[in-house]
Parts: sequence; C-alpha cells; structure tokens
Amino acid sequence: MRAIIVGCGRVGAGIAERLARSGHEVTVIDISTEAFTRLESDFPGSAIRGDGTDEAVLRRAGAAGADLFYALTEGDNRNILATQLAYETLGIPNVVAKINDPVRAEAYTTLGLATICRTRMLVDALAVHAGLPSEAGSQGISQATGQHPGGDHPPRAVSPAAGTEA
Amino acid sequence: MYIIVVGGGKVGYYLTKELLAAGHELVLLEKDPRRARQIADEVGSIVLARDGCEGKHLAEAGANRAAIVAAVTGDDEDNLVVCQMAKHHFDVPRTIARVNNPKNEELFRHLGVDDIISPTRMILGAIEQDIPVHELLHLAQLEGGELEVLEAQIAAGSPAIGRRPGDITLPDGCSLFVLIRDEVAQPIRPETVFQLGDKVIAITRTDCEVELHRELIGESAVLEAS
Repeated sequence: MRAIIVGCGRVGAGIAERLARSGHEVTVIDISTEAFTRLESDFPGSAIRGDGTDEAVLRRAGAAGADLFYALTEGDNRNILATQLAYETLGIPNVVAKINDPVRAEAYTTLGLATICRTRMLVDALAVHAGLPSEAGSQGISQATGQHPGGDHPPRAVSPAAGTEA
Repeated sequence: MYIIVVGGGKVGYYLTKELLAAGHELVLLEKDPRRARQIADEVGSIVLARDGCEGKHLAEAGANRAAIVAAVTGDDEDNLVVCQMAKHHFDVPRTIARVNNPKNEELFRHLGVDDIISPTRMILGAIEQDIPVHELLHLAQLEGGELEVLEAQIAAGSPAIGRRPGDITLPDGCSLFVLIRDEVAQPIRPETVFQLGDKVIAITRTDCEVELHRELIGESAVLEAS
C-alpha cells in the first residue's frame, strides 16, 4: 500500500514509522525539515519538505495514485484543505483529516470527510476513567456520514484494512 | 444586504470600509483581538474578534441571514473552511473566497465556493498581456550558428492560418519541418492546412528569420516586438 502523510509531528512521525516498518511505501511531507528529526535515522520511507496543501508539492511527492492519505498537521484547516485536495483532485480513495476542533470535525464528517478528533478522544477517555459512560462515536476515526460537496462519488466508509468497516 | 467579511487584513479592512460607505449592513470577523480592536476603533462596533472558521462564531455573526460571506484572509485553507461552513451549515446563498494559490481555484469551485478571487491570477494576467507571445522561439543552433531551429506559434492574426505550405513564400534555406498540433508532432505535408494554435518547427538560415516571422506570425507583431 502507498501512503502519504502530511505533517511530521509526533502523530505523523509515529504512524509513518509504523506503516513503513510494516512494509508499506510511505512518504511523509512537512514544511519544516526539522520535523523529520522525529523519524528514526533508519526510517525506511521518504521524507519530503514542502507545503502539503499545495497540489504541486503533493504531486511531486507522488500522491496521485496513492492508496492512503492522512493529514496530521497542527492546523485543522490545513488538514481539511489537504484531504479535500487528495480526495477530489488526486483521487486518493482513503483520506483522513485530523481536526482537533470537535465542532469542525463533526461538520466535516457530515460533509463527507473521515476525521479524527484528538479532543473528543481524550475527553471521552478521561470521562470513562472518571466513571462516566463513553459517548458514541468518540473513539477512533469518525467515518464520513454525508455526501462530499465535490459530488458524484459516495462517501467512503471502508478503511483500508478490509473488514473493519465502521 | 447583509454581508459577513472574514479576515481583517488589508483586503478585509478596505473591503469593510468600502461596503460601509456603500451603505451595506455588515460584520467583520477578525480572530486577532488586537487587529480587531484597531479596526473597530475606526469603523465602530461591527468588528467581532472571532475566528470565522468556527461554526458557532458564524452563527453569532448571523450567518443564517447573510446574503454574502466573503472570506478574504491570507490563508487559502481558512477561506475554504469559512465558505464551506457558510454554504453547508448556514445556507448562505453566495460565498466568495480569496485564493492565493491559483492551483486551488478549481478545487474551491468544485467544492461549492460561488466566487473565487485570485489576486495572483489577476496580476499574472496583467503581466502576460505585456509579454509579446507572438515571437519566434529559438530552440537550437546548428552548423556553428549558420542555421537555427525555431518554433513559431500560429496565433490569431497569423497570415498562415488556412494556408498550405505551398502557399507560403519562404526564402531559400528556410524549411518548415514539423507541426505540433494538440501536443502531437507530425510531418508537414503539402496538403497540411495550418490552424490557429499550431506550433511549427522550422529550420532556417539566420538571415531569413525576418521573412519566416512575417509569413508565420505576421507583420504587425514584428513591429510590436522590435
């Protein structure tokens, strides 16, 4: 599987390492080369410096034709733009945007994007720890519920690991 | 008409002032409180120190009754999110986004933004108008500079349009070599008819360049270019 990861923070570097060491072809993109120090020195994938919301940069990174695209920068809106570029313009079938603002995350799942919201996950984990019931949909990836405004294709509900449909 | 402007940079600031002067009802959302206060001091309490990317702030600003939401921040991603939220959560009839990267225009349009304003594209257009495109492009020199390989683009106004190679008078030592049409190279045959948009690759003696220019590109362009 070919995976593109935008944002080489702790999360981006972590998932890039895991995927690359499981034999997948991984390219990680970040605007700062400094960020790549989070990767192990023997990281078996590629690291490209550039703006992951720029179509030209994504194409240069070989994103067209990739199977998986995760936008994991610290900017919710940058992740939203990058995933929509990946999905609509580059035709990558599986995209996930990290959106830390729960309201925006919710809004974009209804707009047809799969999202992951750190805030909701942490709040829910702590609530459970404090003895409260877990809120539905607060764990893991929220799959797209609505039709993407780009139209003509249905929301993708299947994760690349076959059978783990949400 | 009720208008929401998001982004209080230079564009948002002057836009707000012009719209107010034209008598429109509007609110400006600027997330930096200092900048918001600075503008509010001048234009009054229509400035909210809020992030227009957040749904609840758009709701607070009355997005559900806005006729237009104009997202004019310096960041394309923010402008996209503002317009998408306005369109899909508040049914705003008309959304306008400022786009800095011209490559984003098509995506934004595809995602439902109604109007896309690209300053980059506009300036590019103004510059390109001034660059003479009706020129012969020098591709290579042969025989120590005696011969040249040139490309001529058959543009509007070219005397070659609708003519065959035999109808074009060229000096000795000048030959039309290959035609590129729709990105496909093909040999130039006696029955070939030149069309608008064709590119012609020619080999010529250096001193025949002016005649070649006149036949393929046109007289007026020669004057313009010189």
